[in-house]
Amino acid sequence: MAVISGPRQAIAVASALGLVLTAAACGGGGDDDNAAATGDCSVYDAYKHEGTEVSMYASIRDTEADLLEQSWAEFTECTGITIKYEGSGEFEAQLQVRVDGGNAPDIAFIPQPGLIARFAEAGKLKAVGAETKTMAEANYSADWLKYATVGGQLYGAPFGSNVKSFVWYSPKTFTEKGYKVPTTWDELIALSDQIAAAGEKPWCAGIESGDATGWPATDWIEDLMLRTQTPEVYDQWVNHEIPFNDPKVAEAVDKAGSILKNDKYVNGGFGDSKSISTTAFQEGGLPILEGKCALHRQASFYANQWPEGTKVAEDGDVYAFYFPAVDAAGGKPILGAGEFTVAFTDRPEVQAVQTYLASGEHANARGKLGNWVSANKKLDINNVQNPIDKLSVGILQDSTTVFRFDGSDLMPASVGAGTFWKGMVDWINGKDTASTLTYIEGSWPK
Amino acid sequence: MTTTNPPAAVVPPLQKKSTAAGRVRQKLSSRVATVIAIVIALFWTIPTFGLLISSFRPANDIKTTGWWTFFSDPQLTLENYNEVLFGGSASSGQLAGYFINSLVITIPAVLFPMAICSLAAYALAWIDFKGRDWVYIMIFALQIVPLQMALVPLLRFFSQGTEIFGIQLTPAWGLSDTGLFIQVWFAHTCFALPFGVYLLHNFISELPRDIMEAARVDGANHPKIFRSIVLPLITPALASYGIFQFLWVWNDLLVALIFASGGGRDTQPMTVRLAELAGTRGNEWQRLTSGAFVSMVVPLIVFLSLQRYFVRGLLAGSVKG
Repeated sequence: MAVISGPRQAIAVASALGLVLTAAACGGGGDDDNAAATGDCSVYDAYKHEGTEVSMYASIRDTEADLLEQSWAEFTECTGITIKYEGSGEFEAQLQVRVDGGNAPDIAFIPQPGLIARFAEAGKLKAVGAETKTMAEANYSADWLKYATVGGQLYGAPFGSNVKSFVWYSPKTFTEKGYKVPTTWDELIALSDQIAAAGEKPWCAGIESGDATGWPATDWIEDLMLRTQTPEVYDQWVNHEIPFNDPKVAEAVDKAGSILKNDKYVNGGFGDSKSISTTAFQEGGLPILEGKCALHRQASFYANQWPEGTKVAEDGDVYAFYFPAVDAAGGKPILGAGEFTVAFTDRPEVQAVQTYLASGEHANARGKLGNWVSANKKLDINNVQNPIDKLSVGILQDSTTVFRFDGSDLMPASVGAGTFWKGMVDWINGKDTASTLTYIEGSWPK
Repeated sequence: MTTTNPPAAVVPPLQKKSTAAGRVRQKLSSRVATVIAIVIALFWTIPTFGLLISSFRPANDIKTTGWWTFFSDPQLTLENYNEVLFGGSASSGQLAGYFINSLVITIPAVLFPMAICSLAAYALAWIDFKGRDWVYIMIFALQIVPLQMALVPLLRFFSQGTEIFGIQLTPAWGLSDTGLFIQVWFAHTCFALPFGVYLLHNFISELPRDIMEAARVDGANHPKIFRSIVLPLITPALASYGIFQFLWVWNDLLVALIFASGGGRDTQPMTVRLAELAGTRGNEWQRLTSGAFVSMVVPLIVFLSLQRYFVRGLLAGSVKG
């Protein structure tokens, strides 16, 4: 999901900036030590490994990386383990290179179960130690753990998560116009029709995302697979036990098409349905703020995309509701994703960190800092800060929830991060469902 | 450069007009051609210009409207520059630190290949030894090997050493933290050699044989000839190679990600930081507008100050006779 930085041709400007830069160069560095919230080190006695260092590599960066480092600041101070964290936008590609080059990090947060399986099968990953295993099994449901289990061995504990089955809307507009938050599929469609009848386009979407263009559309399909089919069929589809062009899949895709390819419904604020493929996913929901669009299906992490000053709450400028199930009798299907803390080495301090990251202590420490969701059962919902995160954690901890992991992260990379994306772009651009699915089916590695 | 050069007076005008090159040259320097060139240049600059304008617009405007709306609704802010230059998150620090890292990486990574390449090029051009041409051809051919192919083996060379049939040939280097700078210098120097040797060899081998022989007669040995005759004469070529290498290393992200990234903010160059500026999910991508201009500053200064060498040096390696 990296955004490529700008062109490097130049016109002669800003030599003044050079001066500013060199002047500022002298004042770099300086740690912001936010540690010792409770100051009680006894909690960490079991993890003590004085004077050791653990390197960590993940795709989480910038402000979110700051929050991570703050969340384990107390842990590192008390245990004497230094955590060397590095976040990169090129994480997936770089991790492969580093592992091949014999320079693997101690711990990586991998968001694709498919990638975990590949490293595990190649013998690069270390199975978790007994303590980590106990901790992970106590704090996460089997639904989650199975995604990090390869050949009967658990390779990592789940970490952060996000819920993808959300529809963003503006509570303000909804009260103004007297719309009600739909709780069933029929209500959702009735609401869409009502808005469309008023001459407005109810839905907006955007799937452009650099070299990952198309992924938001795959989430749509996955969400509708869970809504039109049973979770078991979803698993079969992801594992390729039914072909990609099975009628059941076609049914889900057509259901998505009834919204995404319906020019009466989309694309509010941007144009017709084809504009979906050229609209950046970051901008896809922004017309909601201007009242040009009412509904935008996107994951909980879309909360970060709203411009500064936007109130994300049930009584605020924007909020999200659960993307309702077509048939409520089958429980609450949830599409989500998250990363897993896997280890490439098995030194005791690495296992200690891995165990700590799976613990309730860390989940709550991180939760208190805001902007975080986890499926950790020990995470106290009162420690979660934002309303949207609270809603997500509530859904994840709800016992009627049927959780399934983002399918495109489970499929082989050539499909899940390749032809599935491309196929969806073509599909949005007017290709019919049957030939799109046949194309993707044909690309599945034999 | 103007087209009126002294030899034109000696050459009969008839002959000059008749050559195809002459006619092309005349057409290219006409007023119409100049206008076309200016128009193309303007078109070429528009995206950069748009980026420049965007970098001064408020974040929300950048995300919702095109840069051209600036003209109907001008709103200026320095917020983007402020965020990029001084914002910095606690874990990654300010951009200034990365700026220093970039310099620390770039300067040696330019000087090392310059020194090695000029020595090698001299030896290949003026020292007679067996198999000289084959060595030159091999170095020349190495240019076609994409550096991406060498990344993993080179990384292994650093982290595990080399081993053939169970015999350890070189030990692991075991570098960490600021020691990683050595890896990047090494990598950049390796990748720069084939092209550098080729470029400088072409230039050095063109030097007149008479000078070399005269120097030899006066009792100069190879080091002396290299120092007092060759080096002063190849300055333009050396400078132009320096610019090439500087721009390449300064803008490089790939090599830095692999060889320097492990040291965190102690070793990562500015490109690595800029790539992360947009945030985990790209939600802060408006920062890239100002980030792009900040990263341009140094290459611009280098290019503009060494520009005249650049043109001269470009011609140097290519034109013969």
